[in-house]
Amino acid sequence: MTMLKIENLHARVEGKEILKGLSLTVNAGEVHAIMGPNGAGKSTLGNVLAGREGYEVTAGSISYNGVDLLALAPEARAAAGVFLAFQYPVEIPGVNNTYFLRAALNAQRKQRGEKELDSMQFLKLVREKLKVMQISDELLHRAVNTGFSGGEKKRNEIFQMAVLEPQLAILDETDSGLDIDALKQVAQGVNTLRSPERAFLMITHYQRLLDYVVPDFVHVLADGCIVESGDKSLALKLEDHGYSGIGTSQPSGAAA
Amino acid sequence: MTSEPTQITAAMGGNAEVVEALGRRYEAGFVTDIETDYLPPGLSEDIVRQLSALKQEPEWMTEWRLEAYRHWLTMPTPDWAKLKLTPIDYQSISYYAAPKQGPKSLADVDPKLLVTYEKLGVPLHERARLAGVAVDAVFDSVSVGTTFRKELAEAGVIFCSMSEAIREHPERVRQYLGSVVPTGDNYFAALNSAVFSDGSFVFIPKGVRCPMELSTYFRINAINTGQFERTLIVCEDDAYVSYLEGCTAPMRDENQLHAAVVELVALEGAQIKYSTVQNWYPGDENGVGGIYNFVTKRGDCRGDDSKISWTQVETGSAITWKYPSVVLRGDRSVGEFYSVALTHHHQQADTGTKMIHIGKGTKSKIVSKGISAGRSSNSYRGLVKVEKGAEGARNYTQCDSLLIGKQCGAHTFPYMEVKNPSAIIEHEATTSKISDDQMFYCRSRGIAEEDAVSMIVDGFCKQVFRELPMEFAVEAKKLLEVSLEGAVG
Repeated sequence: MTMLKIENLHARVEGKEILKGLSLTVNAGEVHAIMGPNGAGKSTLGNVLAGREGYEVTAGSISYNGVDLLALAPEARAAAGVFLAFQYPVEIPGVNNTYFLRAALNAQRKQRGEKELDSMQFLKLVREKLKVMQISDELLHRAVNTGFSGGEKKRNEIFQMAVLEPQLAILDETDSGLDIDALKQVAQGVNTLRSPERAFLMITHYQRLLDYVVPDFVHVLADGCIVESGDKSLALKLEDHGYSGIGTSQPSGAAA
Repeated sequence: MTSEPTQITAAMGGNAEVVEALGRRYEAGFVTDIETDYLPPGLSEDIVRQLSALKQEPEWMTEWRLEAYRHWLTMPTPDWAKLKLTPIDYQSISYYAAPKQGPKSLADVDPKLLVTYEKLGVPLHERARLAGVAVDAVFDSVSVGTTFRKELAEAGVIFCSMSEAIREHPERVRQYLGSVVPTGDNYFAALNSAVFSDGSFVFIPKGVRCPMELSTYFRINAINTGQFERTLIVCEDDAYVSYLEGCTAPMRDENQLHAAVVELVALEGAQIKYSTVQNWYPGDENGVGGIYNFVTKRGDCRGDDSKISWTQVETGSAITWKYPSVVLRGDRSVGEFYSVALTHHHQQADTGTKMIHIGKGTKSKIVSKGISAGRSSNSYRGLVKVEKGAEGARNYTQCDSLLIGKQCGAHTFPYMEVKNPSAIIEHEATTSKISDDQMFYCRSRGIAEEDAVSMIVDGFCKQVFRELPMEFAVEAKKLLEVSLEGAVG
């Protein structure tokens, strides 16, 4: 079943066109990797999907579960199941990590017309997820991302994802800046959450992460378009030959 | 203690006009229709005498007031604060307004007054028993009743209105009144000394830990009146008290004057914790009306090993001019100041503290959090002074400002005077904005814009809220939420 359908997407940031006719289809249960050189528009795609201000869509459409995603406010997209793991998770001093996550979950549940969780129910949920994610509960008592190391911030993003249980998870360079142990932990977290109902869009610069989270599809993004699509072997080819020489073959656009 | 504010929730589509139009709702802005006795507007020796006579004060008190009045006449209006204000016409203000039927006891209090306090959530009546807070409520100029009299008396605690204290405990009042803030201390303190109408008096005898939180609730109701309350708290050796103060006023187009004086005296080993939630009417979104709040608050750590701690949450008033201070006279005495000051629309606040280190080994800590939104101006002004004899004095100051929007201002004016080389003074200051990144991060997790702002501001104030008694902390948080309505967009 088609979950996400991006067609001919054009987007500008500060007056500069970054995405130039991007098309992509993602079905439930699939893991897609988006690779490409710096400045190709990878992070722009993630931000447009999550609804960040300042990212202006000038043409094209994004349909998510049959709904026009671009018409929704960021918080409504979150409630509809879209999750963006940030490349640079943001610090919120003085706001307890657990409190933040509970507020987020309940805000989403409320928007969906579901009953909010009380502290006991939430605590139970958090305990379950902690076990899966191998995160120390000390992290929960600190302020959101404040004073976290790079690895802790990324793991915290994955932990949030585990608690919020999105349908479409977009990981924006979650692997960057991680040592191999942290990378394995993050990968394990993602693998645990893989399910037939859930889709992943993994934006990454290196193929390293893909050794641990094996994607169904790999797309190469260059100069605002998807220029090549393939399976896992495409990522390995990129590692051997770099991004130069990519895009001379016929862009395949949608991969499904 | 104000009524439970219910928050307006509205679609915040980033539409600046809609956001502006929402503005802020001031929940305590109603007027109580009650018969009031006024003194005619104007200020003269005659008015001071009439006021003193109305309150059946002894001769020494009348003279004390007159001396203050004469001193006041010689003083220039202070102009050093970073505030813009229209000059105050002291002759157009009435210096005394009281509900017509003077209450003899709680049972005699005009039912309309009780309804007013009920609306505001003050636990004046039997509800006091449940709330466990003893309340003295000052309505315009007169104290209307003090709850929990008997229970406090059993502990030896005196908690009553200042007028009553002058009549019933003149020797104690005379011993301490003006001993921390002298009549000629500053312009507004002199004015207050001349015309103060009521306030609270607290006396905790040696070794007594006050069995409950004490609370005073101030409300300005009558039109064209000023409120000049005077509070005096004395803790004898090793005594302890925690005192809470809350304030509101109706919405009016004219500016009203509030010039209070609070004096705290802590003798050897005594501790006083003084918390304020100030929510005077701030004026409308165009800066019309609102309270001019000129307050002198000072504590004197007179005995060794004593401690005075000020915690304030200031969200109201058109203008706030206030510097709760501690004079650290006793050796090893400790002074603390925790403050959240929020300004929105056209509000102006110039607030901070003074820590005067005189005794050896004295310590002070200052944590100030200023939040500015709209077109408001928010200044921190603080003085840390270490006298020659203050061997080993220590101060830590942390001063953070948070800006919401592009038209507001935050300023920091730290002053330091150190005359002892062994002193250690630390000062940290930050200015930050609620960043677009923080907003987007919250929203991408499902949290709506206004809730995100509340959450970020609450986090910013955490250090100060922790110092407030539980029920006040909850109220302070709600108050900030209401005060920030319409601040994003």
